[in-house]
Amino acid sequence: MRDVNVDEIRDAVAELCYETNVFLGADVTEAIHKAKENETSTVGISILEQIEHNIEIAEETGIPLCQDTGLTCVFLEIGQEISLKGGFIGDAVNEGVRSAYVDRYLRKSVVENPLRRINTNDNTPAHIVYDIVPGDRIKITVAPKGYGSENMSRIAMLTPADGEIGVRRFVLDVVRNAGGKPCPPIVVGVGIGGTFDQVAQLAKRALLKDLDEIHPDPYYAAMEQELLEEINEMDIGPQGMGGVTTALGVKIMTAPTHIAGLPVAVNINCHVCRHKTVVI
Amino acid sequence: MNRKISGPFTKEKLADLKAGDAVLLSGIVYTARDAAHRRMTEEANAGQPFPFDLTDAAIYYVGPSPAAPGQVIGSAGPTSSYRMDPYTPQILDGGVSVLIGKGPRGPEVIDAIKRNGAVYFAAVGGAGALISQCIKSSEVIAYEEYGTEAVRKLEIEDMPVIVAIDSAGNSVYER
Repeated sequence: MRDVNVDEIRDAVAELCYETNVFLGADVTEAIHKAKENETSTVGISILEQIEHNIEIAEETGIPLCQDTGLTCVFLEIGQEISLKGGFIGDAVNEGVRSAYVDRYLRKSVVENPLRRINTNDNTPAHIVYDIVPGDRIKITVAPKGYGSENMSRIAMLTPADGEIGVRRFVLDVVRNAGGKPCPPIVVGVGIGGTFDQVAQLAKRALLKDLDEIHPDPYYAAMEQELLEEINEMDIGPQGMGGVTTALGVKIMTAPTHIAGLPVAVNINCHVCRHKTVVI
Repeated sequence: MNRKISGPFTKEKLADLKAGDAVLLSGIVYTARDAAHRRMTEEANAGQPFPFDLTDAAIYYVGPSPAAPGQVIGSAGPTSSYRMDPYTPQILDGGVSVLIGKGPRGPEVIDAIKRNGAVYFAAVGGAGALISQCIKSSEVIAYEEYGTEAVRKLEIEDMPVIVAIDSAGNSVYER
């Protein structure tokens, strides 16, 4: 067993909260540059230029890329040979979120109850996903999720007869109906299979993939590419004002499912697709 | 070449803007998003005044991140406008001439824009750091307890926006 003090996890989460909100990943930045070169709409090009400029200003000033600094999603892969010391890991994660959002001027966007809606004023609680994995390391991924795009996400319990065509149709319908609302260009996370709850998480985890990563299964790699092309033919364009840049990537994750089911979920992210991982 | 428009935002100044035009906006704008819209309209319906004079006023749908020391404001990009649609016709009929947000609006809002000769501008969603640089002053004037959702009076200078729905009701989102 390896001892890990939860204070180390708290500090890592705090740093990741700040970094993800201010510094965009190189894969997304590069995808935006490429999109601008390919864009045909004049308005679209000017919007992509503003997005590029925004990335530079955030980096220079430390001002968050987007004022919606998100509901903080934290994914923990905890090696089963680790012994955690110094308190409850969940409290440590929330303490890290609290210190980053309060001390480093990030927006507090969490209400304590969905209907009474009182702001917790420190952006806690985080949404924490715990996975126990082999080994003696802890992998921490922080992904602050903005709700302009979260609100446009959808789930469907299709049937086996709907098949691949049904899945594709659903993904395209969700993106088309979202139109300009989720701040395109977007990243589209697709979950297929599993259970009702599992499929939504697959879609969210798909958004954590590097945009350059090619799906290891050629069947899904082709589907990702074809869906991306069809989405970019919809003429939604940057901010919904037309053009060939509607999505920067489509990422699919699958899980085994039941003989009677074909769950599918689409989680949409805006172009500020923020996530970063550290390993302790 | 971007057109420049400065407040007060009289309807005459807005009349010849066309959907798709790029504009640099300067002047006073008031921030309000979900919670402030709900409260302002509820209070107005109960006979109380709005927290600012609506005549030829501009409303910017934004919930900024906090200012760090030495900054006027934190990140301050637009939030999704459609969530304000239930309140917007009343706000426009009350005299507001400029709305700033992002994304498409519903038919009742488009009708109210036409009826009142108002204009809906879109700023670039997710460009909050860039837009923060166009904000020269910020003062909370109502609902301070709402934090980021409080009503603020902002002075903006050359804020880049696009005419999303013009005063004739033409929309960049409908092509």
